[in-house]
Amino acid sequence: MAQTSTEAPALRLTDVSKSFGVVNALTKVSLEIRPREVVGLIGENGAGKSSLLKILSGNQTADSGTMELRGRPVTFSSISQAMSNGVAMVYQEQSLLPNVSVAENILLGNERGAVRDGFYRWKQMHRTAQRHLDEVKSGVSPSDITDTLPFAQRQMVEVAKALATGDGSPYDPVILLDEPTSVLESGDIETLFSVIRRVKEHASIVFVSHRLEEVLEICDRVYVMRDGEVVAEVDPAEADVDQLFRLMVGRDLTSGYFREDLSTEPTPDVRLAIESLTGPGFSDVSLGINRGEIVSILGVQDSGRENLGRVLFGALPAAHGSVRIDGERVGLRSTRDAVARGIGYLPSERKIDGAIMGMSVADNMTLAHPDVVSTLGVMRSRRVREVADEWIRRLAIKTSGPAAEMVNLSGGNQQKVVLAKWMLAPDLRVLILDTPTRGLDVGAKSEVYAILHGLAAKGVSIILLADSLEEGIYVSHRVITMADGKVTGEFTSRPGNRPSRTSLIERML
Amino acid sequence: MDNSLLARFRRATHGQPVPALIALALIVVVIAAQAPVFMTAGNIANVIDQAAIPAIIVVGLSFVILMGSIDLSVEGVMAVGSMSAALLVANDRNSLDFGLWALPVVMIIGGVLGLVSGLAVTRLRIPSFLATIAIASVASGIALILFGTSAKPQIVDPVFIDLTQGTFLGFTKVSWLALVIVLLGLVIQRYTRFGRYAYVIGGSEEIAKLSGIDVRRYRLLAFVIAGMCSSLAGALTASRTSIGSTTPGDGLLFLTIASVVIGGTILTGGRGGVLHSVIGVLIMGVIVTGMVLIGVSGFYQQIIQGVVLLVAVTAVAWKLRRPMRVVM
Repeated sequence: MAQTSTEAPALRLTDVSKSFGVVNALTKVSLEIRPREVVGLIGENGAGKSSLLKILSGNQTADSGTMELRGRPVTFSSISQAMSNGVAMVYQEQSLLPNVSVAENILLGNERGAVRDGFYRWKQMHRTAQRHLDEVKSGVSPSDITDTLPFAQRQMVEVAKALATGDGSPYDPVILLDEPTSVLESGDIETLFSVIRRVKEHASIVFVSHRLEEVLEICDRVYVMRDGEVVAEVDPAEADVDQLFRLMVGRDLTSGYFREDLSTEPTPDVRLAIESLTGPGFSDVSLGINRGEIVSILGVQDSGRENLGRVLFGALPAAHGSVRIDGERVGLRSTRDAVARGIGYLPSERKIDGAIMGMSVADNMTLAHPDVVSTLGVMRSRRVREVADEWIRRLAIKTSGPAAEMVNLSGGNQQKVVLAKWMLAPDLRVLILDTPTRGLDVGAKSEVYAILHGLAAKGVSIILLADSLEEGIYVSHRVITMADGKVTGEFTSRPGNRPSRTSLIERML
Repeated sequence: MDNSLLARFRRATHGQPVPALIALALIVVVIAAQAPVFMTAGNIANVIDQAAIPAIIVVGLSFVILMGSIDLSVEGVMAVGSMSAALLVANDRNSLDFGLWALPVVMIIGGVLGLVSGLAVTRLRIPSFLATIAIASVASGIALILFGTSAKPQIVDPVFIDLTQGTFLGFTKVSWLALVIVLLGLVIQRYTRFGRYAYVIGGSEEIAKLSGIDVRRYRLLAFVIAGMCSSLAGALTASRTSIGSTTPGDGLLFLTIASVVIGGTILTGGRGGVLHSVIGVLIMGVIVTGMVLIGVSGFYQQIIQGVVLLVAVTAVAWKLRRPMRVVM
């Protein structure tokens, strides 16, 4: 269709600013999103990406500046208003309801003709949903209940949902993808990319990601944000990862991303000895970990590694086998047991299992070891504050103070609080981390690696369920692979002698 | 995808009250084996008659609970329903004679009480269990004022009394009325925006808001519908006893909420539905009647009801457990 208006940008922001109290989230941001293109948006946490996305999606309004939709000035005062103008967001944490059908999710709040006079017309609903599922080449049926689908398929449903918002408008939709790949396996990422390339023919896409290689691969243009401003517009054809990274952080990285410079040699005495341990989803795991050693465990979904971590922390029952810490046999019947033995555990679902979002930073930190800040079982608030202050400083946690609520911290800083919770233990011996860097930005990831190396240097033995192959390879002293509940391989990993990706993947499948 | 017969059956019946139906069937078999009189037409009609009024209550209650709220004002609103119905139809207190038109009027009164609960929850942001306890108290007070100081108002309207005493095709008329309301509830649940959004809001209020849904409006409506159902149930109790009472719903709050839960509608919202709850009512009804027929003493009946509730809640919540979750 030849339309003169298609040449106007789908969305254009001019000098948009937004502040919260004294914090300037966005300062005079100007950018445009053109028809049928994929625009990358990168920046560290706190650079202003989230604020920008919230304004684009109608979740918040800007303090000043203008927004034009296809050449006409607009303000989105609500999410539904943005949606009715064909601007929709696919959230990082999935926004699908598990308990209703795929079709209902796709058309949620946007049912249009499928609901007449408050009554659902299921046939039309399923037809419309099917059309959008076809657009993303998904084999899912509109009547499927959403929680029966695997994660990757749900994400395609999310994209279909975003596409559906274009239905009411004569123009192509603008789809905001907030870190869509952060929890996808590599095969699923390829599928998502082919969908993005298809969808782009009749939509504009904003692609936010912390994986810079992906940004370079999929985007037509990239905006780099730092400290609430757009600092660069980059042509991916003429840029590389290092260049993007430098623009994001605004300085050269003195040391490597994985902080190998901080890695120390473990001492040769065995700290954690696991013998023929069998539990839900894994069997006959034997493993010795030395004092100060970082061992990463790699495996695909259902490899058993998550449950192994949980069993070691006493959160799941072991069927049989034995676990010794410093030669002493431990019966891991409860998490209380494990905490008393000096074991710490960082779950992958930070927001659900790792931290209590409604509580303060200080309360979250002292949750597992209240004895550190108590006298005769009574918590002393001054001591709590002092301890929290100290750890906020030591881990460089960005927060207004110990009394700040957890929800107000960025993901990376929340993760540091959860780490502090275990680090302030008087005698931390073993730390089990389930994908601790998942969803964090590159700067925060690098800081977490530095913390892990520091802990290992002090003699803590670390089990890292790594989020990516590279993380597993470069952060640890040893890599263990698991598949179908069994240990399938063991690789030493030292500078100059790292296991190859392919040799690891072979053992993981 | 797993295509075994069992897996396909599970997918096809996802969200349907199959476990509750199986439980109901098992309980019926056990009781019928102990007391053959259970399976007679007369007894079955009696069980359904006993279940009719709780079934009407749970239709409204289901939507409130699907949204993750709770309505504890059932008994209070029933009292208002009972007293106002008794005073609106031909009675020995006043000269009013609304006949069956008393029912819609009573439902409007109940709807207003539900509206107040709903406003307290959605506008004042009071947790629903507190707001509805307060409304229960207010409603009981209103019922007492209507009661006044004289003797219980006697209903003399034969048509109104015939609603619960008279039969049609072998079942009491109130059984048929309950059937109509249950079917209406199922249509609302399956085909209306309100019904579907009850699942959406119960699934995640946050997602509902992010999708531009006016959550407060639908939550409010759920309390209004629940109030209407409870007050109608109160009026029907008045019809059954021929008098207006300030305590027509004694024990029904426990019975109805237990039934909703036993049917598989979880209190955190988003799962279950009207049909689940009605099957829950039938399970409770069958157990009560069955125990009487078998000859279990009244004391043990209460204990058994409590145990059934515990077992059912455990069964429903079992697969929703998360390994790291501590139950509160």
